[in-house]
Order: sequence, then structure tokens, then C-alpha cells
Amino acid sequence: MDLALIPNGVQRCSLKTFVLWSLLWLALIAWGVVSAFLVFWKGLNQTNMNHYFAFGLWIVFDLSLIALGAGAFFTGFLTHIVGAVFIYSFRENLRAIINAAVVIGFICYSAAIAMLGVDIGQPLRAWFIFWHANVHSMLTEVTFCISAYLGVLTIEYLPLILSNRKLKQLPEFDIFGDTLHHVVALFAAVGTFLSFFHQGSLGGMFGVLFGRPFAFREGFFIWPWTFFLFIHSSIAAGPCFTLLCIWVTQKATGKQLVRKATFTLLAKISGWLLATYMIVKIADTIAWAYGVVPRAGLSFMDFYQAPYGVWLIIAEIGIFGVIPAIILITPKFRERDNLLVIGALMNVIGLVINRFVFSIQTLAVPVMPFDQFMTYFPSWQEWGIGFGVIGYGILIFALSYRYLPLFPQEPALNPVEVLGGVVTDSGAIKRS
Amino acid sequence: MKSTDDSTGTRYGMVIDLDKCIGCGTCVVACSAENNVSVLYDESDKTRNINWLKIYRITNGKEFPKTEVVYLPRPCMQCANPPCVPVCPATATRSDPNTGIVSQIYTRCIGCRYCMAACPYHARDFNWYDPPFPAGMERYLSPEVSPRMRGVVEKCTFCHHRLMRAKAKAYAEGRRELKEDEYTPACVEACPTKAIAFGDLNDPKHEVASLIKSRHAFRLLERLGTEPKVYYLSTKEWVRRMADNYLEGELEGRP
Repeated sequence: MDLALIPNGVQRCSLKTFVLWSLLWLALIAWGVVSAFLVFWKGLNQTNMNHYFAFGLWIVFDLSLIALGAGAFFTGFLTHIVGAVFIYSFRENLRAIINAAVVIGFICYSAAIAMLGVDIGQPLRAWFIFWHANVHSMLTEVTFCISAYLGVLTIEYLPLILSNRKLKQLPEFDIFGDTLHHVVALFAAVGTFLSFFHQGSLGGMFGVLFGRPFAFREGFFIWPWTFFLFIHSSIAAGPCFTLLCIWVTQKATGKQLVRKATFTLLAKISGWLLATYMIVKIADTIAWAYGVVPRAGLSFMDFYQAPYGVWLIIAEIGIFGVIPAIILITPKFRERDNLLVIGALMNVIGLVINRFVFSIQTLAVPVMPFDQFMTYFPSWQEWGIGFGVIGYGILIFALSYRYLPLFPQEPALNPVEVLGGVVTDSGAIKRS
Repeated sequence: MKSTDDSTGTRYGMVIDLDKCIGCGTCVVACSAENNVSVLYDESDKTRNINWLKIYRITNGKEFPKTEVVYLPRPCMQCANPPCVPVCPATATRSDPNTGIVSQIYTRCIGCRYCMAACPYHARDFNWYDPPFPAGMERYLSPEVSPRMRGVVEKCTFCHHRLMRAKAKAYAEGRRELKEDEYTPACVEACPTKAIAFGDLNDPKHEVASLIKSRHAFRLLERLGTEPKVYYLSTKEWVRRMADNYLEGELEGRP
């Protein structure tokens, strides 16, 4: 029924199978929509946040999504800037995944912005950040940059949408898409600039909290060290998240979509970034433990109480930091498919723990000596929006895979045989 | 009591004598009535109810009969270096350089709650619910203070509207300066034991200016550098220690 929309040279499941498969994700989206409706109607009392936990699950999701979406800008940067100017092999290898990276980035950023819209008490006043902007606030910088970068991602996503087989038949769309395609390097550069600043200012948001010794960091000029740490960790984990999404797509479709060399290159880049990140993260933790902490009159263990015990820092830095770094930088490990995926997954989990720790544990730790250590567990409405976002992401990615030429290497890696020949990606039949 | 806040203009501040506070809660009630603080249907939820002034019950942690209890009223500290002001993305909170009072612009607040995350004193409350004002209750609202809507953050303003009222009266009388007793927040006025003093910390004629020089004066979490303008007095050493975090052995040998 939708054959005319499916790219040339590739094979997709039947529309019926696709719709049935989509029902699960639609159910998650419905859960999210109901939750969002309740929050808009009744207010943020639908969550389990309170005066202690001013931030909750959604901020953890936001921070994680934006960091994991960094695969988009960083792959763009490596492909269109580093690959075009310095290392040609980057361009060759990463072109195979740049479309997927852009779609994943678009999903992550659009979902994060939508979640922020639900998370603020007065959503209709969200534009006040632009109108009454406080230039001293890291959150202002975050808002400006993620809004602008979502625009950049939309512009990067648009040529891909316009390259749909049916849409491409309209000359206006074809020319417009082609024109955008030619200036994509410019947008990659703009995206890189914006992303560096908002990844950093998301870290800065917590590092500037001098009233919260757990999060507070000194730094360079106006930027606390968390500014640089958040950039570093996002470019270390972002490409791994892109890799994982593509690997899951390969498993779900039973096809090889990208050559292995691309995966191992991504893993190598991620691995070295993670390894260097681990060095600076450990240095930062030691400097914090011997600097900020005693100056505030506290000891290291004051910050780690059940359930947010010291296991969190062991998990973040040791298990999900150092171990994946070793796996990903060691050629014989990353060459093995299962270890490559485990390494990438551990890298991503480590990043999520880091974002969780900065947003939740910061608030759980009492600062006044007579105050109490608090804990928080999200309500079903908060989970609903979290899972709704996951459903949204999977559905958008699945639709993009089904109807757009998401993986340029797919036709070559999976030739479709018809009447003794194969269909090429231009739609022609090549006789064998 | 040493302060690194070297401002020379008017610097309104408060001194709370914990030896005199009996924890009766009159200040909290007076504050809530004065400032149209909403009352939730379930006020037992102390992590979500709204109190601009909260009373903490602190003990020396010793077994009976050595147990000692002190009540510590905690309004907004009106910090000279407020952690909440620079973080607000929409400039919905500001520190008035002429008075040192940190205020909240409710109609501009977008409810992101970043200021709450920044404040180590939990002095800021978010309106998780639509403020319920049962029929007839609206007649008890003060016309001088705007009620807050759901989804915004609110906080103690040192009854700023009383300052405006006092200033208007002084101008009408052709005066530029306010007398010490002309501007007093509701909590100060209501305290039955006169445990709370209020005035200009920079004016030596005001009682608070001399009270903060007492060796028993201290502020909450001074080490963080927030420069609170709310001071406390206590003759009990363990109470003064409870005001901040100290490493083991750090205070040994100190008076």
C-alpha cells in the first residue's frame, strides 16, 4: 500500500506488520500524552517532585537526551569539518551514519524541549526566557542554544525528508533539498558551535550552584569545570548512543546497514574521548573532594547516603566509565561485536548515571546540618512522559528508516533480487 | 560577627534570638496572613505546603535528661550574595541594591525551579497546586500583596509592601529617612517574646547593628559565601555549631 514511498533498492516489511509493531510505541506515546494532559490540567502536583526535589526524572531525561543527542553534532563535525579538511577516512566512513545521527539528534532535542515544556510550572510563559533573558543564567544559555540547535537539526533533517522517493518527484522539493544538502557543512559548523555551548552550560547550570557543595565546582573564568566535563562526556557518549541505535535497528531488521569499519571507528573515537574524560573526571572528583568539600565543612561520605550511596560514584566512574573506556580503546576488544556493543552500552549508562547524580543527588544532600537527607521516586505520570518520549523516538526513527534513505550503504549491503537482477538505489534493475 | 558584605547603603536585616524563641509559630501565622500565603487542602505534606517562614526544631542529640531543644525560625536569608538571583533565566527574581531585599516577580516567574535548586536554605516554595481560597476567604486577603498562582515560586520578601507603605507615609510627611520602628515585617511584630529584631544593619542607631556584633551572633551556612542578612543569637555553643558544617576537630580550641 505504501510501496511508492519506500526508497528504491531496499526492502521493507509489509505495512500491516509495521502498523502492528508501531502499536506498542503508540501506546507509550498515549501514556505520555495522558500524563502531559494531567500535568497541564491539574499542575505539577501530578509528579512526586517537591520543595526538596525541584528537579526530577524529567530533568534527568533532558540532560541525558541532550548529551546522547550529541552524536548528531559530533558526527557532523567529524564528517563535514574534520573529515573534509583533515582526515578523509572520517568522511568516507561516517557518511554512512550521518543521516541516522541527525535523526537521532532531532529526536533527542525535540523530545527534551517538549519535556521541558511540561516540566515548567507556567508553560505559556516559556518565551519569557527570551523576552526577559537573564544573561548571567546558565539556563538562559541552555535555552537559547538548544532552541537554535533544534532549528539547525530541523534544517539538517529536511533534505533527508525531501529525499523521500515520492517527495523527490516534485522539482521544487528536489531543488530545495539539493540546495540544503550543499550548505550542510555550514550548518554542521553552526551546530558544533551551538552544541559546545549548551552541552557546557548544562554542566555549568550545576557547577555554579555555590549553595550546593555537591555540585559546585571552581573553574576557568566564568565557567565551572562541569561546563567542560559535560561537553567532554557528551561527545564521548553521544557517538556510542548513535552506534547503539543503529545496532538495534540492524537487529530489528535483520540487515547489515552499516559496514563494520564505521562501527569500529565510532567506537575508537568514543573510547579515546571516554578514556581522556575519565582522567579529567577523576582529577575533578579528587580536586572537589579535597577542595570544595572540606571548605564547606563537609567530608566526602556526607554526600553518599542510602539510597544514593557511594555505589553511585563506583558505578559511574569505575564500572561504567573506566571499563568501557578500556573496551573501546583496545582494538582486539572493539573488533568483537558483542564487546563493542557492551562497551558502547556501558558508556551510555555511565553518562546517564552522571546526569542523574548531578540533578537528583545534588538536591538529596542536605546542606543545613539540621536538615534531612531526602529521597525521591517518580510518579506514574513522570514515568509516562519519560516512556512517551522513548516511544516517540522509536517511532520517528522507524518511520525515517522505512520511508527515507537513512543508510546510504543499505542497498549495496542488502541487494534486493528481482527477476534475476538486483534493484539499485536509483530504482533501475541491474541484470546479473 | 564578621561580614564581608561591605555595602554602605541601607541593608535591611533581621536578628533572631534563639534563646528567646519558644517555637510557638505565631510568626509563621502572622507571615502567612500578612502575605496571602495559600493553605493547601492537605497541610500535613510539609514537602509541598507553603511557608515563607519555617520553624526547625533542633536538638543537641543527647539522651534525657541532657536533651536540649531549640526552635530556629528560618525566613529567607535575603543574602547579599544570593545564589538564587543569578540563576533565574527570566530575571524573575532580583536583589534590590537600595535595600538588599531579594524579591520575586510572580507574574514573570516561569516555574523552572532553578532558584529552588540553588538555595541551600530551602527558603523558596513552589506552588504545586492551585491555591485554594474557599468562599469568603478572599475577603481576608491583603490587598497589598498579590496572591500567587499555580506554577510559580514564592518567597519571603521581608514584607516589602510594609516598606512601600512606610516610605509613602514618610514622603507624604516630607521625610526621606525612615525611623527604625516605621518598617517592621509581620513576623517581627507578632513575636510574643520579642525574639526577632529588624532594621538597617548598616545604621549604627538601629538595634540590629549592635546585636550582630555580639559574640553570640551567627548566620546559617556562612562558609558558602551567601552573606545572609538574617542573623541569629544563641548563648549555647552547640546551637552556634549547628548553623554550619564543620569537619571533625575543626572547632576545637575555639570559644
